Amino acid sequence: MPTLFLFGASEGGLFDFDATLPLMAVQVVLLTFILNALFFKPVGRVVEEREDYVNTSRAEAKKKIAEVERLETELKDQLKEARLEAQKVILEAEQDSENLYKEALALATSEANASREKARSEIDSQRDDALNQLKTEADNLGDLIIERLLAKK
Amino acid sequence: MGFLPFVFPLAELEVGQHLYWQIGNFRIHGQVFMTSWLLIGALLALVVIGTKKMERDPKGVQNLLEFLWDYIRDLARTQIGEKVYRDWMPFIGTLFLFIFVSNWGGALVPWKLIELPSGELGAPTADINTTVALALLVSLSYFYAGLSNKGLRYFEYYVHPTPIMLPFKIVEDFTKPLSLSFRLFGNILADELVVAVLVFLVPLVLPVPVMFLGLFTSAIQALIFATLAAYYIGEAVEEHH
Repeated sequence: MPTLFLFGASEGGLFDFDATLPLMAVQVVLLTFILNALFFKPVGRVVEEREDYVNTSRAEAKKKIAEVERLETELKDQLKEARLEAQKVILEAEQDSENLYKEALALATSEANASREKARSEIDSQRDDALNQLKTEADNLGDLIIERLLAKK
Repeated sequence: MGFLPFVFPLAELEVGQHLYWQIGNFRIHGQVFMTSWLLIGALLALVVIGTKKMERDPKGVQNLLEFLWDYIRDLARTQIGEKVYRDWMPFIGTLFLFIFVSNWGGALVPWKLIELPSGELGAPTADINTTVALALLVSLSYFYAGLSNKGLRYFEYYVHPTPIMLPFKIVEDFTKPLSLSFRLFGNILADELVVAVLVFLVPLVLPVPVMFLGLFTSAIQALIFATLAAYYIGEAVEEHH
């Protein structure tokens, strides 16, 4: 492989510097400008627009979540209050119905007692009447028997 | 290479031979420009296709281009810093893309099928002229970045943190382009040579893993070059306190 060691040769070689160097430099600078116009700027615009879009969407979503959480706690508070109120109403209604029941019971008991008293006193008076009547009849009968006995004699 | 009776046609080695084009008094390496124009053309075609109809929901080539853009932006932003990375992103990105397509194009396209009167087609970055041109552009751009951002205060960098650093920093200005250009040149040329020698010795199977390694090296070299270029620019625009 004689060509492998052409390092310092005047013609060719691995370290053969010539106008390739500045021309390549100019070419790369040109490529930089072309790629900047065709690649870096447009792609950067799209990527950054998307990043902005994602960021604003995320911020909006966060705001919405906060709003939802606020509403949720509000509703929970309202619900708790409503539940407490309902319990109170139920308790009141229970108390009311109990009172009514007690009143009705007391009334009914007193009425029953009164009518029983009345019935008893009626019975008593009727018995007394009947006893009196019996007594008078017995007296009459005794008188009659005595009269008859006396008359026969 | 005629000393073996069954020379594989793809395996001929022609190192250091060039196809010369004469332009006025100057001579240029024709094979470097032919491959670079083809590869730049392919790159530009990809870019034009990908940016033709861009949407908010990216599809197809646009996805690839946005991935590349994002990758280059991250590279430029981490090395150069939030303040001025936008000015230098196209340059860093062009370096990365040009070196990447050059390296991969040199490795993937079977250039040897095309016969040239002298020299052979290959990666443009396997020619020292290309890599030195790129490295000198990097040198120019970090000087420009430093001077345009900080004016003459840029030269404070040479005596930072102590004036003892001055000679080292001056030497660095020469070693930076030297190491940049020779690293790239050496890696790509060595990769081409290793593959060519292996194909020449064992034409089957054995060169394949080396070819894959070459693709890996090529990508890494593009990344290293772009990262270092960005780092040098970032170093030049950095504010010392």
